[in-house]
Amino acid sequence: MLDIKNIQTFYGKIQALRDVSIKVNSGEIVSLIGANGAGKSTLLMTVSGINKPREGVIIFEGKNIEKEEPHKIVKLGISQSPEGRRIFSKLTVEENLKLGSNIYENGRNYLNDIKEIFELFPVLSDRKTQRGGTLSGGEQQMLAIGRALMARPKMLLLDEPSLGIAPKLVNQIFVAIKNINKEKKVTIFLVEQNAKKALELADRAYVLVNGKVTIQGTGQELLKNQDIQAAYLEGGG
Amino acid sequence: MAIFGPIVGLRTRLQKEGLYIDPQWLMVFFLVIGSALGRFLINLNSSRKTEIAFVKNTKLRISNYFSNKGKHIAITGFLFAVAYPFLPFTDRYLLDVGIMVLTYIMLGWGLNIVVGLAGLLDLGYVAFYAVGAYSFALLSTTFGWSFWICLPLAGIFAAFAGILLGFPVLRLRGDYLAIVTLGFGEIVRIILLNWYDLTGGPDGIGGISRPSFFGLPFTNNLKEGENSFHTFFNLEYSTAHKLIFLYYLILILALVTNFFTLRIRKLPVGRAWEALREDEIACKSLGVNPTNTKLTAFAIGAMFGGFAGAFFATKQTFVSPESFTFIESAIIVAIVVLGGMGSQTGVVLAAIFLIGFTEVFRELEQFRMIAFGLAMVLIMLFKPKGILSNREPTIKLHGDKK
Repeated sequence: MLDIKNIQTFYGKIQALRDVSIKVNSGEIVSLIGANGAGKSTLLMTVSGINKPREGVIIFEGKNIEKEEPHKIVKLGISQSPEGRRIFSKLTVEENLKLGSNIYENGRNYLNDIKEIFELFPVLSDRKTQRGGTLSGGEQQMLAIGRALMARPKMLLLDEPSLGIAPKLVNQIFVAIKNINKEKKVTIFLVEQNAKKALELADRAYVLVNGKVTIQGTGQELLKNQDIQAAYLEGGG
Repeated sequence: MAIFGPIVGLRTRLQKEGLYIDPQWLMVFFLVIGSALGRFLINLNSSRKTEIAFVKNTKLRISNYFSNKGKHIAITGFLFAVAYPFLPFTDRYLLDVGIMVLTYIMLGWGLNIVVGLAGLLDLGYVAFYAVGAYSFALLSTTFGWSFWICLPLAGIFAAFAGILLGFPVLRLRGDYLAIVTLGFGEIVRIILLNWYDLTGGPDGIGGISRPSFFGLPFTNNLKEGENSFHTFFNLEYSTAHKLIFLYYLILILALVTNFFTLRIRKLPVGRAWEALREDEIACKSLGVNPTNTKLTAFAIGAMFGGFAGAFFATKQTFVSPESFTFIESAIIVAIVVLGGMGSQTGVVLAAIFLIGFTEVFRELEQFRMIAFGLAMVLIMLFKPKGILSNREPTIKLHGDKK
């Protein structure tokens, strides 16, 4: 479904991604794990078209998208819940959600979509008239995921959904991610520092170190991998 | 004080023999006392923070009251605005002030789209006001078209100017954007000043036609067989009719602006403006096209500026570059910021406050701007987010309570 081939992305002179190739098949959950600064978020931003790669191609459903504008990529069916959630803090929960469906102009009944999001994350329904900025971190993360789902994506990019969130809510969010994948049939490309959770959830996974993919395999394989255990899993990760 | 003293304290006097300097110690004395007193009050206020819980409480109650009763206040204000020309104390002068305040309210609402909603600080808004006024003036004097044809055209020209400004500044943000827009405002003024063949340069354009009431002009010197407003309605001729008509005209234009803004906030494009103000990257990742969103904000904001400009031209029947200096932009921005960015009612209050204030203090002559500055400082001190800083949600889902 998504085929990233030999991507090189730079910030000025600094190379953030070195020859990264990743494949995501339809219906899968694929996780990408790595330390801070490994280039995980850069990769997602490159897929979304917000950063442009200097070399390499990204193919989504047979189309080259590496040079497309971000809003066109969303229309093609890739939406993202960005790192740090980036909730519109002065807008209400509902307005945040409504913005997710902005690509559909007026033709679409967004009320149904919002209802589905509220079924997925009931707490948002209680908070619907609150401003985004007044939500807790976990609620904001749910809102960010919900907002991305409002675009009815075929593929959802999730950037560190566990970042700065209470462990109890992290579990809840990961259950929801699984639901989104299984019931709504949305392919998921997940980027995480929380390696254990990410690998448990993933069908397949990649490890990114300093802008390079070093290890890949199924989630279970990687969980058992000695190097990964040493680097990412031990010490409560 | 070292700078301020000589500026205020010394007045130059031109006489035959040359330039004389008169010291004005009394004035300096008053200013020193005044600023010392002001400083003292500020300190007093901040040192007793704990004691003024009561005051805070009342303030909170007042602001709660305002947000709950917002609708009632808006309706009262609207009724007052409608009745204003016929109130017993309203004379010609007050009516004139009313028209001016409404013009600024309209400009404030127009700029509110760009600054308050889309978050693009535009310091050159007066440029669109000027484009509207000049295109109206030129269209009406060269082609002799009526007000109702020229008005939308002026708006379209201004919107076009908005897009023209929008393109180069798409990538800019914050301070840089403000500087470029500031420059744009000046460029437009300088073009108007120097393109003598078209704009008449500093002489301006005169003899712009007045609007007519559905084809009935407001004049006293009629030819045989022609009707004017007062003959048609069998009224005594009075210049006040014209003024009252202009008053209602700008009232309607302003209300259209307001209504439009309130509606568009609920449409995807309006919501995208507000989202863009908050976080551009999040917008991109959600499929909002920032280019179009910004351009529409500039174009629509400019269009209303153009309408206001057309009104200005027809009211004055004369336009010249003098009316479109940076200070106008600054006043409009001040209205939007003091009113509380994005708040429609706040704009009204701020416009009444700022324009009314400068009128009330007209006797102070050259110290008017100081009073103006003082008013701004006071507002920023006590209401740093503007007079009304609450934001109403644009959608409310009904029903399903879980």
